[in-house]
This record gives sequence, structure tokens and C-alpha cells, in this order.
Amino acid sequence: MKISFRWLKDYVHITLPTQEIAEKLTMAGLEVEVAEALGDQWEGVRVARVTGVAPHPNADRLRLATVELAGESQTVVCGAPNLSIGQRVAFAQVGARLVDGHTGQTVTLKQAKIRGVASAGMVCSERELGLGESHEGILELPPDAPVGAPLADYMGDTLLEIEITPNRPDCLSVLGVAREVAAITGEPISPPALDYPEEGPPIGDLASVEIADPGLCPRYCATIIQGIKLGPSPRWLQERLISYGMRPINNIVDVTNYVMVEMGQPLHAFDFRTLSDSKIIVRSARPGEDITSLDGQKRSLNPDMLVIADAHRAVAVAGVMGGLDTEVTEGTTDILLEAANFAYASLRNTAATLKMRTEASMRFERGLSPELVPPNIKRATQLIQQVAGGRVARGVIDVYPGRTDAGPIVLELSEIPRLLGMEIDRAEVLRVLKALGFECREDSPERLLVNPPYWRSDVRLPADVVEEVARIVGYDLLPTTVLSGRLPHRQPDIKLRLKERVRDILSASGLHEAITYPLVSADWLEATRSPLGLRLANPVSREQEYLRTSLRPGLLAALATNQKFGAEAVRLFEVGRAYLPREGDLPLERETAVAVLWGGDGDVLWTVRQAGADFYEAKGLAATLLDRLGTGGADFVPSQEPFLHPSWQAAVTAGGRTVGVIGQVHPDAADVLEVDGPAVFVEIDLDAVVAQSGRPISYRHLPRFPAAIRDLALIVAEEVSARQITNILRSSPLVTEVTLFDLYRGRPIPTGHKSLAFRLRFQSPQRTLTDTEVDRAQQQLVERLGKELGAVLRSA
Amino acid sequence: MKLLELHGQALAELEQAADLEGLEAWRVRYLGRKGPISQSLRSLSSLPVEERRLQGEMANRVKGSLQDAWQSRREGLRLAQVSKPPSGVDISLPGRPVPMGRLHPVTQTFRDICAAFQSLGFEVVEGPEVEWDYYNFEALNIPPGHAARDMFSTFWVDYTDDRGGHPMLLRTHTSPMQVRVMEKTQPPVRVIVPGQVFRYEATDATHEAVFHQVEGLAVDESITLADLKGTLYEVARLLFGEERKARFRCTYFPFVEPGVDMAIDCAVCGGEGCRVCSGTGWLEILGAGMVHPDVLSRVGYDTRRYTGFAFGMGVERIAMLRHGIDDIRLFFQNDLRFLRQFR
Ligand SMILES: [Zn+2]
Repeated sequence: MKISFRWLKDYVHITLPTQEIAEKLTMAGLEVEVAEALGDQWEGVRVARVTGVAPHPNADRLRLATVELAGESQTVVCGAPNLSIGQRVAFAQVGARLVDGHTGQTVTLKQAKIRGVASAGMVCSERELGLGESHEGILELPPDAPVGAPLADYMGDTLLEIEITPNRPDCLSVLGVAREVAAITGEPISPPALDYPEEGPPIGDLASVEIADPGLCPRYCATIIQGIKLGPSPRWLQERLISYGMRPINNIVDVTNYVMVEMGQPLHAFDFRTLSDSKIIVRSARPGEDITSLDGQKRSLNPDMLVIADAHRAVAVAGVMGGLDTEVTEGTTDILLEAANFAYASLRNTAATLKMRTEASMRFERGLSPELVPPNIKRATQLIQQVAGGRVARGVIDVYPGRTDAGPIVLELSEIPRLLGMEIDRAEVLRVLKALGFECREDSPERLLVNPPYWRSDVRLPADVVEEVARIVGYDLLPTTVLSGRLPHRQPDIKLRLKERVRDILSASGLHEAITYPLVSADWLEATRSPLGLRLANPVSREQEYLRTSLRPGLLAALATNQKFGAEAVRLFEVGRAYLPREGDLPLERETAVAVLWGGDGDVLWTVRQAGADFYEAKGLAATLLDRLGTGGADFVPSQEPFLHPSWQAAVTAGGRTVGVIGQVHPDAADVLEVDGPAVFVEIDLDAVVAQSGRPISYRHLPRFPAAIRDLALIVAEEVSARQITNILRSSPLVTEVTLFDLYRGRPIPTGHKSLAFRLRFQSPQRTLTDTEVDRAQQQLVERLGKELGAVLRSA
Repeated sequence: MKLLELHGQALAELEQAADLEGLEAWRVRYLGRKGPISQSLRSLSSLPVEERRLQGEMANRVKGSLQDAWQSRREGLRLAQVSKPPSGVDISLPGRPVPMGRLHPVTQTFRDICAAFQSLGFEVVEGPEVEWDYYNFEALNIPPGHAARDMFSTFWVDYTDDRGGHPMLLRTHTSPMQVRVMEKTQPPVRVIVPGQVFRYEATDATHEAVFHQVEGLAVDESITLADLKGTLYEVARLLFGEERKARFRCTYFPFVEPGVDMAIDCAVCGGEGCRVCSGTGWLEILGAGMVHPDVLSRVGYDTRRYTGFAFGMGVERIAMLRHGIDDIRLFFQNDLRFLRQFR
């Protein structure tokens, strides 16, 4: 909300600089930015009176004006057509800084001779003062403008941009902000006048109001003014509306808007003669009912919406917008002025459904106090009478079915240090609350009975009152103390620790951590063979319509991004959640670790030659991860995961349970995610790993006797797997370690065969093995390999 | 040969030893077990007592002197040898890389924040990202239709319950965990909750629809706003350094009373006001306050006995302030050129 500092000063005396006021309000809960200052640049510009106009001796289009400023007279050359004797104008002396009317640049006014006549300054246009775009003629000031006064004193202003939190609808008004300023600075408040003569007939004779749905309309007040003269508002009123950012319309509508901005209560004026049977009925809209709103749009209403109706039809959407039929227009002479209170939740719904968030609805939605209604309707009636004339009917219609009497808030004074950790003097508490408009009764030395002022709808509990005191005294004064007292009994969250461990292991393994969007498209989920899962009711786009059921699409997209940026090798991982729907419940949020590996083969550095990402890198990574998580290692078994290449994939098991899958990304998935070239993927279900992880470590004694190392090269058919061979090699009780160190195909190995070379470590915990023992053990293994797998020793 | 002559000759020869090999040969020759000094010492037993003593002393003195000379000569030769540059040394050639990845800056910031609070006795817990309206809003004093819902533009899940309602949403803050934690435990409570949150909004350089928060909650007898201030100032010091100033001001969140907004002074302009801090000199880093009595009593806590404080901070925002990152969208782009800049 933008409000004028000058307007603010109508209600409270301000001596502090604007910036300081802004800071104090900010600290107390109203975030204020000093948005615009009007008149900062008007140094050397003063109000002057035109005392003479004469033709320029050398130019037809120019004239010589004599202006008077507090006793002294000056002659200036002027080209404006609207110059006339007696006018009050803005006169810039030599040295003033102005906006050049033609270039828009700020320039310093210099002594000048124009067509041979010396000009002592300049009479300014709107544009030259930065007030507007008009440059056709000079700015005419009101006739009461004080001659000789600096223009900045007369017209200068500052706009405050204020962020009002939802709990303070009372501060969506200049008076509300003025009250805050008053409380902070200790100055008194001068509220606007509410008195007016009531010269019309008793209001009860003219109209009636009925509230059919008191739950949605706790209070409705109306006044009637007859014989008004519709026309433009006076200049001061228009200027204020403009300063707030509103367009002046006519004196009646302008007053309703003015009072809303001034005191916070939205009002509406009906053309009284258009209300059939002179009746106001506040009721729910009828099925199929519609209304043409003030903006000319036809709106369909539904029974959840509250309307203001006359005897026959809806004439306004309650608290949101008036209807066109009953609008105040040129022919209007009598008006019925409405000020009412509406239930915020229903009104908020209505405004949202109709897509009409108006200045009025915005205020109602925040829960205005019903007590705001009478003073506001009086103020508006008074102003209408002042600016549009007319006779005000006697009395105010006030239907108030929602009256509640909460009684005072009981504030134990001990509550202040209990909540704040700081003592505040009883006298200081009383002073602050009084300054904020609260009424306090001193019930006993220990407690106060506190009644919030009528405009505050947000203060209900002792804690609310404590905040009021604290924010005015200032949070600055709060001491900083440390938590003392008992430490809670803590239980380490195993899953949380596991996740952190996974991040440490994977990053230490050379992978960078990614965090990808949890919202993805249906296409991406389908392409990665992930189920669709939960859909958003209000997605921002099709690309972010579903909650991911796997982390596959996100990480592949991250890979594609990096490929596009020219990366030559990508190793990324993510630890995040997949959201798996459950019937009638929140989804299962499965903690998942995924990794994608791509590229990086060849000479990567003068001293390093590297293999590119492939299935075996993924396998090594998964094995390392699970081993380091303490699952007792991982096992890899054939799998059929459609997301992965049918041949290059395996399921990962730990402790006999499947915990994930690894493999090359299926080309179809890679295509959809625009991944270039073969990438390999690791996916581990951390929820499944949790149960297997963190096995206790029990120390094994270090070997006391030396080992014998033997290399063994075997030729086997392609169908024979490495695992089959190692299973046999490990079967010997003397073999403690089997390492496959070479795999070779091609001459002289017959086609359809391969050569596998193993390094075996023979070792006994009891003694040093003799060569004969090792030979015998190896011989037995070779024989078994030959018999069971058709393996033959490759001769050297 | 007389021992003294031997001594002179040995020292002279030592000067001639050009390298470590020559030196070793010299050592064997003069100080070895078969060398003249050893022999001389061995032959002492055949001498009369008085002479044995004199000879012995002399032999040992010569031996000691030669050993010292050998020692210093050896050090000289070693130094000479090592300082002679072999060919092919180029220390500017790149070292063999140790392939280590990096943690995402959000993770790193999470860890720093969590570590700071853990040192103050807070326990880390996590909660669901897909939530019920009840936990995200109602239990936090934001009933349906409440204007404060505007502060939290919400992604709703396409889900209808038995009564035709649509109560499932993506949590807009980590605050629902305040309620979940309190429902399960009795005071004292001291937890922090790192997690992902969602807001229904268009993304730009300073707004993301998905981001991360850390929530904190402490409830016990006699917890005060001053404790909150002390705790948060301490954490700000740990996160941003000793020299940053912090500011506590009043603001509104429906689930706290009194409410607090905490800011640190802008490091870019030193509090003078600049574009980064929109001219205010301050950068808001978190919202906080004393847990609202209605929130406490809703979970069955005795509000006359217990008070508590709660706070929530945006992780990306803190990371942006700490590292000078100017576009929040970078956090989800996973561009390695970005990720590699962090530890
Ligand atoms: Zn700054």
C-alpha cells in the first residue's frame, strides 16, 4: 500500500525525518519503504503571483511576465499560452534544477537572454517539476497558494510503500498508519470529523435493511443523503486519491474510496431511486442469478455467494463490487450509503471465484472489525454532505446481528517476562497500551484487564497484548540469552544418517551431487518407465504436472543439460524422494539414491588414461556404496527392468533383498530426455538399504603367515560367466582372494571363447603353506574347472 | 703407523672422497671392524696397564674425531648430491587428479545450519513433503478462507477424500513438522527440520516454486523470546561470521505470537543501502516467533506451563547470501560449471 506522508500528517504531528519514521514503523511490524519523494528536486522553486503580462518586443509567440514573490518582482520570458494576471504559479529562480521540457534531462537553470530580453528565471510546467507529462502550458496553482513559499513546502510529498501483514487490516488505511506513528512517537492522534447536520426525514421512513444470512453479514449500516449534486471532487480529494493510485470518478464514489483509504472500511453508494421498494436485503445469491458489475461484466452467481439485493434482484456482490444498475450516475440525486461487515472466508471465496480481488475485498478478507462500520459511515456521510451537498436523513440504519461481547483480556503481568525474557515496567506497559488505543483497568497489582480499541480485530489473547507492548517498546531492547534447561532425549535418525553417508560416499567416489525438480511431466515418467503417481490439481505447466515416482527423469535431464553445455564427462548423483501413491493416505516418500555416469574415456590428462562410463563402472560404484554402507556387500543378479538396456543391466541385492538396479539407460528413454550416447544408471532404494545397513563390524585377526600368489589363465566358452569360475576358485579353503586381472578375446583364443586370468592368494591362518600344498590345491581347482565348465589352462 | 699420523692421513683422504661411494670405502678402511683403529683397540689387551690406558684413550679420541669428520662429510656430500638437478623435472606439470565430487550447495548449507543447531542441542528430524491441509495450515492457525493463505501460494494434489474435500497439498513450509513433532513427544522439545518445500509461483531470479527450508522448534518450561534472539544471533554468527550485525523486528506469522523477522546487515553495501538489499541495508534471512498458544493447546500442551519458539529459514537464500549467487534457478539447473564451484 502506498500512502502520502502529507496525508498522514493530517492525523498526527510528525517531527522526525521520513526515513526515521519508516525505520521505526518497520521495526514495529509495518514494513515501510520510502518509495518516492515529490519535491526533493524543487530547490529554488517558489510560489509566485503573476502581476503583469506584456508582449515580447522581438517575438510573437513569447511574452514577458512579471511575477511577484514576497515583495520582490522579477521579469521572465514565457512561451506558455495559459499565462494570465493574478495566477499563482511555480517560479524557478536561476540555479534551480529542473527537468528540461524537451529532452527530459535534469538541468540547472542558467541566467539567459531570450530573443534579446533577460529572463530572471522560469515559470514551470507540470513536466518541468516532474509532476506529470503536461508541457503545453504552465502549472496553475490554487489561488490560496502562499506567495513566496518554497514549492516543496507547499506541495512536496513523500510516498511510503507499506507492506501490511494479513493480521492488520486496520493499517490498510492512512489513519491506521497514523495511529502506529502516534504510538511510536508518543504524539496524540487527531481523528477526522464525523459530525454533520441531519436535515432530512427519519431514515426509517425512507428505507429498510434486512440481513437474511447473519452468519455471513454480522453488521450492516446505511445512511441516505437526498438532493446531492453530482460532479467532480475538489482538487484536494482528487490529489489524495491519485497519491494512493486511484482514479477520481465523481464526488460520491471518490468519497467512498477516500474514506476507505482514510479509515479502512470499504463503503458503497447506491443510487437510492434505483433500489426497488427502497429495500436492502443481504442474502445468498439464488441459483442461476446473475449481476452486471460496475466494470460492465456480466457475472454468474451461485448460492455460496453473498449478495446485496433490493426487493427483486442482486444489486451488489457483498463486499466485492457494486452492480451497474444501481450505480451512481449523472442523474443521481439521492444515495443510499452502505457500510457493512462480511464474513471473511466466504467473501474471499467469492472474490476468488469471480476473479475480482478489489480494494474492498482485499480489506474484508483480512477480517475487519464490525466496530469499524459506524465511524466510517459517519465520516463518509459527513464528507459527501461537504463536497456534494444534500440533506442527510436522520439517523443511521444499523443492523447488527453478529454482536459479540468477548470481555476484556486478562493480562497477568508475569506473562510479559515469561514470554519475552525481559521485564517491562508496569507504567511503561500502561503507557504503550494507552498510546495504541487500548483501555486498561488495573484489576490487581499483578494483572490488567485490557480492552483492545474497536479498530483492532487481531488482538484476542494475552500473548497478543504482550506482542503489542514488545513491538512498541522495541525488540531491540530484548536481551540475548541462551537456552538453558533440560536437553531432550535424543534418538539418532538412522535414515537421515544413511542419506548423509550416501552423499559422502558418492561424492568421495568422484560424483557431483545434483538436486533435481520433484515435479515432472507425464512424458518423462513414461519414458523412464516410472508409474504416473500423484498429479497436481494446479500445475504451473505440463512439464511440472506430476510428482516424480522415480528420480530417473530428473537426473537424466541434468545429464542432458550438461551435455548441451559441452561437458565431456558427467558423473552425477542425487539423493531424494520418490512419491508413491497410497490409497486414502499421503504417498510413501521413498528415499532413493541415483547416479548417472557418462563419457570420460580416453586420455583425460597427460598422465591419466581412463575408460569411459560403462556398466562395470556402475557396478563398481553400487558395490562400493553398499559395502561402505555396511550391508555386507552387494550382489548382482539378472534383471528385467524396462528402463534399462535389456542386456546391460542387473538387479542389486544386499542381504538377500533386492535394493536397486544398475545398467545402461535404454535408448528410448535416452531419446526422450535428449541424452546423447550411452549413459549408465544406478538406482538404490535407500528405504530397503536401511534395514540391511550398519551391520556391526567384528574385527578379524591379521594373517600371521605369508601368502602364496599364483596367476591362472583359463580359456572358457563365452557362455561361461566370470562368477561361475570365481565360485569354484573360492571353494578352495586355502584361497583367500580371487582377482580377475585380465580378460582377452581374439587370436590365438578360438572364436566363441575368451581367456580370463586370475590372481589367486593362497593363505592359511595356521601355518606357512608349502609349495606342494599350493600346487595340489591349484591342481584340484583346475581339474574342477575343466570338468564343470570346460575350462582349459592357457599355456604361457 | 702411529695413531696421530693415521689421523692426519685419514682426514686428508676424507677430503678426497668425492661421492657417497668413496666415502663408504673410506669408512670401511679407517673405521671398519678390520680398520687400524679397531685393530689398535683390540691389541690393547697385550699392553701393560698404564700404557693400555693411555693408548686406549688416544685410540678412542682419534676414532671419535674421525667419526665426527665422517658424519659432517657425509652430510655435505648428501646435500651436494640431492641439490644437483636431475633432468626431466617439471613441477608445473599437472598432478594426477584425485576424482572427488562435490556436494550440492544446498546440502552444504543444510549441513552448516544443522551443525550450528546441533551444537546447541537440537536434534535433526525430517517430515513428509506431501502434506494434509491440516498440518500445513489448520493446525498452524490458518483455517480455510484465512487471508494468511495468501502468504503461501499452494500446489494442491489432485486428490479427493471421502467427503469431497481436497486436503492433500505439497507443503508450503517445513512448519507442519512443528505440529507433527509435538503430537508425538512431550517437552522438552528441541528439533530442527531440514526439508524441501513448494510454492505455487512462477520462477525468476529470486523465486523458485521448489526450494529448501530449515525449521526449528524448542518447547519447554520458561523458553523466552530472548532465548530465541540469543539462539538465532549465535547461529547467524556461525553462518555469516563475527562481523555481521543482526536485527530482530516485529512481524506476523499466524502460528507465532509475538512474531519476529530477522535480518542481517547487507554485506554488499555495509548497511548503507544498495540494490541487493533494496536500499534498506538489511537482508531478511528468517521468520520466527514464540509458538502461538493455540498451536500449543491444539497438540495438548499446557500453555500455562510451556512456552516455545519456532523459526524457519530459506536455505537457498542463505546460500545465495553467503556465496553471492544472484539467481536462485541455478540451484536446480545442476550445471557442473556451477556445482564444481562449491566444496
Ligand atoms: Zn545493500
